[in-house]
Amino acid sequence: MIHFEQQSLSQRLHLDVPLCFGLLVLCGLGLMVLYSAGGEDIGILIRQATRMAAAFLLMFLVAQLPPAVIERWSLWVFLIGIAMLAAVLWVGHVGKGAQRWLDLGFFRFQPSELMKLAVPMVVAWYLSHKTLPPNLGNIFIVGLMIMVPVGLIAKQPDLGTSLLVATAGLAVLFISGMRWKFIMAFAALCSLCAPLLWHFMHDYQKRRVLTLFNPEQDPLGAGYHIIQSMIAIGSGGFYGKGWLNGTQSHLEFLPERSTDFIFAVYCEEFGLMGVLLLLTIYLFIIARGLYIEMNAQQTYGKLLAAALTLTFFVYVFVNMSMVTGQLPVVGVPLPLISHGGTSMLTLMLAFGILMSIQTHRRILSD
Amino acid sequence: MGLKFTLKDIQEETRLIRFRVYTAALIIILLVMVLIGRLFYLQVIRHDHFITLSQSNRVKVLPIPPIRGLIFSRDGILVADNQPSFSLELIPEQIESLDKTIDELSELMEIDEESINRFKKLRRAKRRFESIPLKFKLSEYEVARFSVERHRFPGVEVVARPYRNYPEKSGLVHVLGYVGRIDEKELQRIDESDYLGTSHIGKLGVEKAYEDVLHGHVGHQQVEVNAQGRIIRVLERTPPEPGQNIHLTLDYSLQTAATNIMQGRRGSIVAIDPNNGDILALVSSPAYDPNPFVNGIDSKSYKALLSAKDTPLINRALNGKYPPGSTIKPFLGIAALTSGLREGSDTTWCKGWYSLKGHSHRYRDWKKTGHGHVDLNYAIMQSCDVYYYTLAHDLGITRLNKALTNFGFGNKTGIDIGGESSGLAPSIEWKRRALNQPWYPGETLIAGIGQGYVLATPLQLATATAALANQGKRVIPRLANKTSDPISGEITTLPIATPANVGDYNKEDWDYIIQAMEDVVHGARGTARRSGAKAAYKFAGKTGTAQVAGIGQDEKYDKENVPEHLRDHALFIAFAPVEAPVIALAIIVENGGGGSSTAAPMARQLLDHYLLDESGNLK
Repeated sequence: MIHFEQQSLSQRLHLDVPLCFGLLVLCGLGLMVLYSAGGEDIGILIRQATRMAAAFLLMFLVAQLPPAVIERWSLWVFLIGIAMLAAVLWVGHVGKGAQRWLDLGFFRFQPSELMKLAVPMVVAWYLSHKTLPPNLGNIFIVGLMIMVPVGLIAKQPDLGTSLLVATAGLAVLFISGMRWKFIMAFAALCSLCAPLLWHFMHDYQKRRVLTLFNPEQDPLGAGYHIIQSMIAIGSGGFYGKGWLNGTQSHLEFLPERSTDFIFAVYCEEFGLMGVLLLLTIYLFIIARGLYIEMNAQQTYGKLLAAALTLTFFVYVFVNMSMVTGQLPVVGVPLPLISHGGTSMLTLMLAFGILMSIQTHRRILSD
Repeated sequence: MGLKFTLKDIQEETRLIRFRVYTAALIIILLVMVLIGRLFYLQVIRHDHFITLSQSNRVKVLPIPPIRGLIFSRDGILVADNQPSFSLELIPEQIESLDKTIDELSELMEIDEESINRFKKLRRAKRRFESIPLKFKLSEYEVARFSVERHRFPGVEVVARPYRNYPEKSGLVHVLGYVGRIDEKELQRIDESDYLGTSHIGKLGVEKAYEDVLHGHVGHQQVEVNAQGRIIRVLERTPPEPGQNIHLTLDYSLQTAATNIMQGRRGSIVAIDPNNGDILALVSSPAYDPNPFVNGIDSKSYKALLSAKDTPLINRALNGKYPPGSTIKPFLGIAALTSGLREGSDTTWCKGWYSLKGHSHRYRDWKKTGHGHVDLNYAIMQSCDVYYYTLAHDLGITRLNKALTNFGFGNKTGIDIGGESSGLAPSIEWKRRALNQPWYPGETLIAGIGQGYVLATPLQLATATAALANQGKRVIPRLANKTSDPISGEITTLPIATPANVGDYNKEDWDYIIQAMEDVVHGARGTARRSGAKAAYKFAGKTGTAQVAGIGQDEKYDKENVPEHLRDHALFIAFAPVEAPVIALAIIVENGGGGSSTAAPMARQLLDHYLLDESGNLK
């Protein structure tokens, strides 16, 4: 009886307790690292905590929406997103040499972030109305749905985000059971297109890729981030230098240390042990996401839950790989640890959707 | 039925999706393993490597160059100092287009091609945020012009840095030398760590010889730097040890007088304190201004100096090799007396010329009519050549060579600043070695009057004269005798090196020779009697007139009609006061005519300057 009431409380609030727990632990750890990486500036910490609170609130609000509503909105969110991307290219606010922001007067907004959710939503919505596995025609339509926003984002230029958006869409395709022969063909096509992509890349993007293969080539230029990051990570060792004791970060050797490269600070201060702990937390959240997928009753929910979870993992993996020098430096923050609001909002919106999928199930049997 | 199919489809889809999720989970686990593997590699396997890197990463040691020691004259005049000079420096990081900026700057002031090339070379070696000099030694006008337009040039600034300055300009260049930018050859010679941050090094003269003393020792600051090497804060500072000041033996007042007296002439004056070898004056004329050399003289001016007919770049005092002419006579005279070959009173009949037995060639005396019966005193006083031809013949070249080398001829004097020539005291061995020829007896004769192969530098001549004044005690000439600490003011006296004395000579013989030299100046028939007249002190000297061009057997040397560069060199050596010499000097005026008419009066003037006060009394 008591057991039932507890369950019903979280059900009534539409919150998934394990997921909430995982996210809260992650955010707590994130604030701790940020305090160190941000030069022990309490101001940064308060701002980040405020954003976290706002993001949790947003997640809670989204979780109240039944999945059916989200499903119905999918196409509209997607279309509005495309319109905004076009608007950004037209009258975007130029930030850091790239047009990414849309100034809405009271609020500066990055439509490309919205697309990280809108693309998997629209693909899941489209595929859930088709028979699975999708046939070639459907795959082609989905391909268009992915390529249009990805192309617009890449044009900003924001290669990192465009690839993440593409990943989110492709994750849905993969989960939907796209046949392996298509997957292989697609992979082959991609590798054929790679030289073409290279041709269209900006110089700074090419430099980043080249740097990955030989960071020492330009140790004070493009290779600098990677070299310093690896020094930070490697010098952390197994146990780490201890919280607030990272020399690389505190002596300002490490660039972008509170944003994209915060993982290096974490590695330096908490060592391999800390890394294993962090990975455990991430894997716990991912496992919970996949569990939610398996419990989902509608195809849309299943596809979206799995895709969002996979995208979350991709963020983690890409960020960590980039910081450890295994992937080119693309602007991917470490989920819920890196300083910055936009990516956190997107992530928490995604978790709100996951919770909505989990908590709006009709219980068929007791 | 339709409903049933749909339901079946959903089950099928669920199975399909679940399978894909399992696959995805497997991929996730694999990728996480890769990540962990990578982190294990970095944090455990390569940990030692990276911890070393991170240690060396945070602390940088930056050099603080020391301030170069100053140079003072004996009487306390500052002759080499460090003056702030304005240079135009660019910080590439803050400049959009370097080429455009340089173009625009050259509209404001002259910037030559060389400066631009040097700037570009430096730029490659420096970080983007480091300031790189484009133009040195801006004039006040240029500083003002730039200041007005400064707003147009972000990243360009006028910086004041200390640079070596020689206020005497050309007056002391052959003593002090100068500093210049360190070149590659010097880089290999110096202790590079001590010269971190130092851009200049002594190239010549005192600046080069006393480089170790003047330079000081580099200081360090340990700084924490960030990624780009920008200083975040200074952790520790070891101040540099400034270079020691050098105190010259040079008497500024005498040096100035000597420089003035040589104005417009080519030649050299070296004055030495015979008691310790301190060089009181060292002049080589003409000279040049060393200041443009400090930051690199432009090639046009340098070529002009190099190709100048009167060779200002050559230090005549140390490297000018002149036939000493008759000034050699006292040195041979003492050898003649001590060897027992001559008594002072022994006479030689001078008929105006001398011939070797069996040869018709006449070795002429300067006095065509001859001096008649001549003893050694008279031979020195009147500079009789025939007496010395005879003496040289009797001595032979080997003993003559010994007589010269005893006084340091043919060898370096060992002056502290180095860079001197050895001159030449000829010998049979030398001629065979250098020219692969036998020695001819006639060559001994002309060596006896300081001509032919005999060559001496003005410094050698002055040093030998000092030994004469000391009655055989030789000295090693030096230009610096003290150093002082710029901070504590503590003075360190440099040690005096004592060379071997001039062989064993009798006191009476010395007195005889010195008396003869005194008679040159004060005797009724002395060649320099006009210069010695009415002196407040007694001094001893010897004139010399060295032939530059050979004169044919029947030709007459015609002073008026000989081209200037073929005229005789005028020489004079002297020391004073005779009783207790405090100054010995040698003067050579190239193509100056006669020693008695040109060089001796100059010596008198300088001796008066050094020994007498303003009212003409002995100091």
